[in-house]
Formats: sequence, C-alpha cells, structure tokens
Amino acid sequence: MRVGIIGVGMTAFRPSTPEYNWKELMFEAASRAYADAEINPREDVDSFLTCAEDYYEGFGIFDEFVPDQLGAALRPTCTVSGDGLQGLANAYMQIQTGLIDVAVVEAHSKASDIVTLDGVIEHALDPIWNKPLGAHPFVVAGLEADAYLRVTRTSPKALAMVVAKNHGNALKNPLAAYGAAVEVEDAMRSPERFAPLRALDISNPADGCVVLVLASERAAKKLHSNPVWIRGVGWASDSPSLETRDWSDAAYARIAAEMAYRLAKVRRPATEIDVAEIDDRFSYKELQHLESLGLAKKGDAGKRVMRGDYGAEGRLPVNVSGGSLGCGNVFEATGLHRAAEVALQLRGDAGVRQLDRVRTGVAQSWRFIPSATGAVAVLGVGG
Amino acid sequence: MTARISRWPGVELSAADLNERKVTQTRFRPDAKYAWSAGEAMSRFLAELQNGRLIARSCRRCERILFPPRMFCEECFRPTDEWIFIQDTGTIETFSVSYLDTDAKRIAEPILVGVVSLDGASPKMGMMHFFGEMTKDEIRIGMRVKAEWRPPRERQGSVLDIRYFRPLRKGEQ
Ligand SMILES: [Zn+2]
Repeated sequence: MRVGIIGVGMTAFRPSTPEYNWKELMFEAASRAYADAEINPREDVDSFLTCAEDYYEGFGIFDEFVPDQLGAALRPTCTVSGDGLQGLANAYMQIQTGLIDVAVVEAHSKASDIVTLDGVIEHALDPIWNKPLGAHPFVVAGLEADAYLRVTRTSPKALAMVVAKNHGNALKNPLAAYGAAVEVEDAMRSPERFAPLRALDISNPADGCVVLVLASERAAKKLHSNPVWIRGVGWASDSPSLETRDWSDAAYARIAAEMAYRLAKVRRPATEIDVAEIDDRFSYKELQHLESLGLAKKGDAGKRVMRGDYGAEGRLPVNVSGGSLGCGNVFEATGLHRAAEVALQLRGDAGVRQLDRVRTGVAQSWRFIPSATGAVAVLGVGG
Repeated sequence: MTARISRWPGVELSAADLNERKVTQTRFRPDAKYAWSAGEAMSRFLAELQNGRLIARSCRRCERILFPPRMFCEECFRPTDEWIFIQDTGTIETFSVSYLDTDAKRIAEPILVGVVSLDGASPKMGMMHFFGEMTKDEIRIGMRVKAEWRPPRERQGSVLDIRYFRPLRKGEQ
C-alpha cells in the first residue's frame, strides 16, 4: 500500500522565539499542516507521533506534554526519541500495518530555551571513555572533517562554497533564520573553531516546528488530496564508538539510503534523484553525505560543488531550502523540515525557490553530534 | 528470603570507600541550564499572580473556561477566545497526606497537597497546591477553600505566590 504526505505545516525558523513557548509553536505548525491537508485532527487522524529528546527539552517524559497542542488529546500518541525522519519512518510503518489510515508526525526545536547548549550536547559523549577528556563536543566534527578532507582530497574551499551556497539559498526562503549573502572568502577567513572547521562551517541553532500529515492511498483518496508519495524510508546507526568509525564515509547514511532506495526501486540515485535536501549542520557533512548517498562519487562532491552542480540551477539542486546553515540547526526537526521542503518542491509549492521538473527527491538527516545515526526518505509524485 | 542471609558474598562498600577514592570512579556534573519561554498564555497567568488574580481563557465553541489558561483548546483544536478572571475560591477535588518530603525523609507534620477546582473555571479545572490552616483530620474532599496569597511585594510571578489554600472563613463564600 502506498503512503503519502497530504499536509505540510511549518513555523518560521528563528534564532529565538521568546514570545511563544514550544507548545504554542507546535500549535501553529500543526494548525498549518491540518489546514493544508484540509482535515480535522480531532476526527480524521488515527495516530500522532512526535520526535524529541528529553534532554533538549529540559524536562522528563516529554511525550506527556504533547497531546493538547497537536489535537491528540485522548488519542493514540507516542514519541520517537530521534530525528524527525525516524518519526516519519515509524508513521509510514504504522500506516503499512493497516491499523492506521492517517498519521501525524511532529518535530520541533526550542533551542533558545537551552542556556548551556554546549553542555547539553557534551552530555551525549561516553561518560567513562571520552567525557573525562573535557573536549568540546564539536571536536568530533573537526576530527571527521579532517579525515574527510584528507581521504577525499577535498579542498577547504569546497566547504566555503557549501557555506556560501546555503546561506544564499536561504535568502529565498521566507522561513529561514540565517539567509545571508556570504562570500566564499568570508567563509574561508572566518575564525578557526575546530580545525579544519571555521565559524561559518557550523550551523547556528534555531527554533521552529514542523508537522506532516501522512495518509494511506485509500485515505488520501477519501480526503480528496493529492499526495506526495513516500516511496522509501531507511535508517541506520553506526557503532557509537568514536574510535572505530570510518570517519571519511558516513556509513549510517549509506546504509539508510540503500534501504530507502531498495523500497523506492531507485537503482541509479545519481540520475534518478531530481532534488536533494541533505544534512549540512557542518559544511563538510553536505559533501560527505552526498557521497554516502550515492549522489556523488567518493571524492567528487567537493569538486562538483565548486563547479556549481549543487546550486538551484545546477545538475542536482542540494539544499535549495538553505539547509541547516541557512535555516538554522533545528535539532530533531532537521530531517522533517527537509522532507517538508522536498514535498513542497515536488508539489510545486516552493514559492520563489521552486525548481522546474522535479518528480523524485531525497531528504536525509543525521542525528547530530556525537551520533552516527541517520535516516533517508525518498519522495515522489505521479506514477 | 534475604532476612535469612547473614553474610553476603564479596566485599562490602561504604560511603567512606567512595569518598576516599578507593573505588575506581568518574565524576561529571552536567552543565544543563534552561530558561523556558513561558509563552503567551502562561506569561499573562504569571503576571496576574503578582496582582493577586487568577486568569483563564475561554473557548467559545465548547463553552469552557480553561484554567490554567492556554492559547488553544485541546478539545476543539482551535485558538481560545478571551481572557477571563476567575475566583481564588474553590472546592477540594482530591488530596493526599504526605508523610515524606521531596527527599523521601519522614516528616513529623505531614504535608497536605491536593487539587482545587476553582470557582469560575469549568468543572475539573483548577490547580494543585498545598493546604494550610487545617489538619489532616479536618481535610476532606468537597471542602470549600480560598487562596492564601503572599503579600504583594513578596510575589514573584510563581504558583508559590499563593502560599496555600485554607478553609473559607466566616462570611466568605
Ligand atoms: Zn473548545
């Protein structure tokens, strides 16, 4: 049975949103998604999933606080402690069981509520093995970026190209928090942070919420909607040990993509994918992920971004939304935001950044530092 | 079963062994601080506490007065409509007599806690709080109570701006 996205709702992504609490943000995104799907959540939805990590929220058993603002009071509700795309995969499976016709997936970030964001991320490091070193957790990204650049012989200038491209793309996205005209030289001269990474190679936190409505083909027909089909989903986790990783290859993304492509019957992703939204929370991640997803040959992504292949007018537009560098790091909402963006592109609803002739797209996410976990969704229209 | 075991196998550890670092250990103090935005509804609610007032939101569709206030009605899934002050008097809905404090230490004078349904709000809407000026033998479900507020200059925009709920006094209703 096919499963499709029939509703998309997002708030704007902002560096901070002191006027709203996270529940009010969620109500706004949910209201938009239900209006888009033309459904009443109190009657038409069978299951609600949220994606959240208690430690980001700052209180325990986050799922208990979800139902009211999602229209889920006294309804089947659960939380996936992971990225939004992992929630999307779970909702997809719930519908595949035949028990659920319409499911809602929610993910958000209220990063501005976290006063000690570095401390919260640091707490994810292995307590006995890595934490006693006392290094900043983003050192993990520095280690990986260094290995990636060396093994693939990628020039640091390629990272600066990613930074400039994604901030520039965000200028065309009214929801983006960090749209800016950044020159490649600006990125290459920004202060060193975790070498080879510089300040502009690192996405900045943002608040925001994303809600998608999913339906079985039968339910979508009954609701008279025109879905964007979820053709395939996949997810995978590498060993958590920092010492045994490949570092240059994002194995989690490669395996997640293989699963999603298998379900979607995508055999040659490099030619079959028209648009890609790729996790770029550190600039090198976009290039590394493109290679792991089979959208570029190993070592080629850096050269191709320098040739302009990944621009909105390029051969494979990547992160036309602005990505996380341009929209902000929205933590567990990252993957769901990207799925939403791909869905809007495939529907032809992406506004001034609408691409021509896009029928198949891929959204990919990583679960951020220090994880080696990721998920992939292949979306398509027609057929 | 365990009562019959007089000696456990292995080496017993004492707190002193840990303090004297005789045991391999690692210590880490998480640096996790949060400053939650209270949001539109709760911000107004907390500000009104400083004025010694309780404020709610109404939903026109289900005709309920929602307390604590929220900007959306969870039953109708729509924005709520208006601000409405409710009373600081109410009825004890349920209560418990706690003989342990938050550290699970036994306390001589038990703490009375419970939920008060407030006058002016829809049924089963109110707040959880302490009870005072009554004993564990006097408290009962259905008892009429009133908020005992802290003096205005001590209020901080916290639910503790109410010290506790106490029985209605003569002339109060
Ligand atoms: Zn209502």
